[in-house]
Amino acid sequence: MAELKSILATDCGSTTTKAILIEKQDGEYRLVVRGEAPTTVEAPFDDVTVGVVNAVGEVEELARRRILDENNHIITPARDDGSGVDVYLSTSSAGGGLQMTVAGVVKAMSAESAERAALGAGAIIIDVIAVDDGRKDYEKVRRIRELRPDMILCSGGTDGGTVKHLVEMAEMLISADPKPRLGIGLQLPVIYAGNKEAREPVKEILADKVDLKVVDNLRPTLERENLDPAREAIHELFLQHVMQQAPGYGKLSDWVSSGIMSTPNAVGKIIQTVADQLNIDVLAADIGGATTDVFSVFGGIYNRTVSANLGMSYSICNVLAEAGTMGIGRWTPFEVDDAGLRNALRNKMIRPTTVPQCLRDLRIEQAVSREALRLAFEHHKTLARSLKGVQTVRTIGEIMDQKETGGTLVDLMNLNMIVGSGGVLSHAPRRVEAAYMMLDAFQPEGITMLAVDSIFMMPQLGVLSAIHPEAAAQVFERDCLIKLGSVIAPVGRHKPGETACTVSFNGETHEVAYGSLKLIPLGLGEKYKATIKPAGKLNVGAGRGRELAAEIEGGAVGVIIDCRGRPLNLPESPKNRVEKLLEWHAALGLETE
Amino acid sequence: MGTAYTPGLKVSSGTIIQKQRRLPLKGQVLAKVGDRVSAADIIARTDIPGIIQTVKVAESLGLEPDEAMSVLQVKEGEDVVAGRLFAETKSFFGLIKTECKTPFTGKIELISPTTGHVGVRLPSKPVEISAYIDGVIAEVIPDEGVVVETYGAFVQGIFGVGGERMGNLAVVVDSPDALLTEDHITEKHAGMVVVGGAGVTLDALRKAASVGVVGVVVGAIVDTALIQYLGHDIGVAITGHEPVDATLILTEGFGSIAMAARTFDLLKTLEGRSVSINGATQIRAGVIRPEIIAPFDEKPPVDDKPDQGQTLSIGTHIRVIREPHFGRLGVVTKLPSEPVEVESGAVVRILEAKLDDEEIVVVPRANVEIIEG
Repeated sequence: MAELKSILATDCGSTTTKAILIEKQDGEYRLVVRGEAPTTVEAPFDDVTVGVVNAVGEVEELARRRILDENNHIITPARDDGSGVDVYLSTSSAGGGLQMTVAGVVKAMSAESAERAALGAGAIIIDVIAVDDGRKDYEKVRRIRELRPDMILCSGGTDGGTVKHLVEMAEMLISADPKPRLGIGLQLPVIYAGNKEAREPVKEILADKVDLKVVDNLRPTLERENLDPAREAIHELFLQHVMQQAPGYGKLSDWVSSGIMSTPNAVGKIIQTVADQLNIDVLAADIGGATTDVFSVFGGIYNRTVSANLGMSYSICNVLAEAGTMGIGRWTPFEVDDAGLRNALRNKMIRPTTVPQCLRDLRIEQAVSREALRLAFEHHKTLARSLKGVQTVRTIGEIMDQKETGGTLVDLMNLNMIVGSGGVLSHAPRRVEAAYMMLDAFQPEGITMLAVDSIFMMPQLGVLSAIHPEAAAQVFERDCLIKLGSVIAPVGRHKPGETACTVSFNGETHEVAYGSLKLIPLGLGEKYKATIKPAGKLNVGAGRGRELAAEIEGGAVGVIIDCRGRPLNLPESPKNRVEKLLEWHAALGLETE
Repeated sequence: MGTAYTPGLKVSSGTIIQKQRRLPLKGQVLAKVGDRVSAADIIARTDIPGIIQTVKVAESLGLEPDEAMSVLQVKEGEDVVAGRLFAETKSFFGLIKTECKTPFTGKIELISPTTGHVGVRLPSKPVEISAYIDGVIAEVIPDEGVVVETYGAFVQGIFGVGGERMGNLAVVVDSPDALLTEDHITEKHAGMVVVGGAGVTLDALRKAASVGVVGVVVGAIVDTALIQYLGHDIGVAITGHEPVDATLILTEGFGSIAMAARTFDLLKTLEGRSVSINGATQIRAGVIRPEIIAPFDEKPPVDDKPDQGQTLSIGTHIRVIREPHFGRLGVVTKLPSEPVEVESGAVVRILEAKLDDEEIVVVPRANVEIIEG
C-alpha cells in the first residue's frame, strides 16, 4: 500500500457517529481532531450518511481543511490542493448491531465454539440452540421464528462424526421458516460450519429456503477450534446483507476504502493487535448504555463476550435485577434507601442521556458500573475457556489442583493490562474514579496496568489495524490509551491492620496494611524497578510470601497498592462498610464524608 | 457537538399525525390512498405460515430411517388431518401391527430419509392490522401496509406498558399532583382511558383492569407498584407487548411526580373524546415513546407538520429530568457556551434556568428536556 498521510475513520454507533482524522506528522501517525454528531439511521432521516457527513463536517471545521466535496461526499484519495483524505474507513453498530442465533449439537462443545466464533466476529448472540439445551423441539422452533436474527450460524459434529443431528438441525430451521430482521421478503443468511460429511444433506434441505453459505467446520476435531472461516463468513454476510438493508449503508459502503466492520469486531482487532505487538495479556471492557463487551487475549487466545443486557442506561434496570439493590448499594460510601435507588435507576433508564449533577448521583452510577462490569466479567470467564471435551494428559499437580478441561483462560495474576472504555470509565470526572471502579469490578491480582480509552476511538483504530496495523498501534499508544498506572494487589488473606505488602522503588519504601489502599503519585511514563515483598502467605506473583522484582509504571493516577485482599470482601454491617469505603475513598484522594 | 439537540416530548393541542401500519410479512393491503378509516378498521392482512411439527416415523416404528421410507404411506405436499396413518409395520406373520399416525393437521412439507422424520406444516394463522387512529390513508406501502394521517391532539409519555387501545378519555382527578386511587375508578369507566395526576396506586391499577378500563395515564408510578402490576420486573426499556388489561402511560417518570400542568390541562380539554393510546416504549435505537392521540374531525387550514425537535434558546420552556431539581419546570435564562464544572466534578455544558418558583438554577444541558408544543 502506498504511504498513507491522512486517514479518516468513523464509527456509527446507535446514538452517536464519531469521526477521527489521523495524519502522519514527523514520521508518526497521530490523532489530529475528532468530531461527532447524532446517528441518523432512524426516522426522520433514515440515512446513516447524514450523521457521517455531520460528524465529518465538524472534523473539517476543527482541522480547517476540506474533506467533503460539493455533493457532501468524502473526497478520497487526497487531492493535490490538500483537500480530502487518503483513505476513509468506517465501523458500525447502529440499528442494533449484528444479531445472531447460533446452533450446535452439544451445548458445551460445538454450540459454545459457534458462540465464540460469532462473538469474536462482533455479533450479539440472541439465542444458543443445541440438541442438549433442555428445550423441546417445538420450543426451539418457536424461538427461532420469534427472534428474527440477522443470520444463523450452524455448527456441530467433528468431521466424520454425526450427520443425523445436523440434518435434524436443518429440518428445525426449515420448520421455523425464519425471516431476517431487516429486509422484508429476503431470505435469511445461514452459515453452515459443521461436520463436512453433513454438508450435502444439509444443503439439500436448506439450499432453496435460506441464503446458505458453507464454510469449514469450526470444530473439526474435539481438540481444535477453527473459528476464522466462520468469522470471515459472518463478516462477509454482515456486509452483503445486514449493512445493505440498513438505511443509507449502501451509500456508505461506496464511500469507504475498505469494508465496513461491525464495531465490536473492530475493537477486538485493535485489542489483538496491541496484545500481539506488545506480547502481553490484555483484558478490555467497553461498558455502554445497553451492553457491556469484554475482550481478552490470554496466551495469544482472543475471546470476546457481550453481556447484551448489562449497561448504564437502557439496560441499567437489568443490572439492578441481577445485582439487586444490596449488590449496588454495597459500593456507595453512604447508605441508600431501596425505593429511592430503584426509582432513580428507572428514571435513568427512561432518560438515558442525562448526566449526574450531584456527587451522590455520580457515586450511585459508579456503583452500578462496578456491578455491571463484575457481572460481565464473570460471564466472560465462563466463555473464555479451554476446549471442553478434550482428552489431555494431566500432570500430578493438575490432578491435585482438580483442573478440568474447559477451565477459564482468564488468569488475573498473569494479566498485564486492563483497558476500560465507555462513558462511565472514559468520562469519569476524576481519573482515579475510573481506576477505582476497575479495581473493584475486576479485582486484578499481582501487577497490572490500568488504562482507559480516552475518547472511545478503539473501533476506528480496529478497522484501521486491518489495513495498517502500524498506524493503528501508534495512535492507540499515543492518543487513544490513557495509562492510569500500575496496580499492585497481593492475593490471599492476612491479619487486618498488619503490614501486608512492602514496596520499594526510587529510594522510597511504602508499607501498606492489610485491608488498606495506598496511592503513590507517579507520573505518566515514569517507570521503576520495584521490589515487592508480600507478608505471610500473600502472593504478588512470585509465590506465597515471596519477594518479586518487577517494573512498575505511573500514569494519570499513579501507582496503587491494593492490600484489601483477594477476593475482596466488604464489611457486612452498613455502618462499617460505609466507614471502610470512606477510608478507601480518602486513600485515593476522593471525598471523605 | 455539531448538531445540538435536546429531545423533548411532544405535547400538542393540534398537529398532523402520521402512523405507519405495517404487516410483519408481505400480505394484502385493503385500503387505498384517500380512504377515510376508523381506528378499528382492518387495513392489511396476511397469513403467517404455521410451524412444521415433526413426526418421528422411524423412531416410533423402531426402524432405521431408510426402512421407514419404504413403509411410508404419505408423500410430500399431501394435506393430512390428525389421526392419519403415516406408516405401519407388521410382524409375527402379520399378527402384530405397529402404526405411526400423525397427531397434527396440516400439509406434509418434509420427508427426511436421513432421519426418518416427516414434517407437517401446521395451517397458517391470519394476522390483521387495524388503522389504530381515525384518519385518512396518506400512503400505501405495497404488500406491506399503509400510512394513516390525521389531525388531532398528540401527547407523548415518557414510559408505558401494554399495547394499542382505543377508548374515550376521562380525567378522574382534580389536579395534576393528585394521586389516582381506586376510589376514583368506577364501573362507568369501562372501555375508557382514565387520566390521573402525580401517581397511581397498585390497587387503582387492579381496579381499573377489573372494571374494564383500557388505559391509565398518570405522571409517575412507584417502581414496585409497576412490578406488581406486571407480575415481573422490566430489565430493559423495550415494552408494548405486556399482557395487561389496561395500558399504562407515564408522562414524567418513576416515583411520585406531578403531571406537567400543560399536559394535564390539554388532557382535560380532551375529556370525553375518543383517543388511541399505545404504551410501547423503546429507548434504544429508534426511540419510541408511548402516546395518546385524539383525532379531530376537521383539519384546520394551517399545515402544522410535526417538527423534528427544537434547539435550546433563551426563553425555551424546559423540564429538569434529573436530581437535584428533578421534575421542576422552568424557562432558560442563560446559555453559556463554555463547559462548567458541576458538583459531581463533571465538566459539562450547562444552562441557567428560572424555575416556576422563581429560583434560578444551573443545570447540565443534558438534564433538561424541551417541552414541545
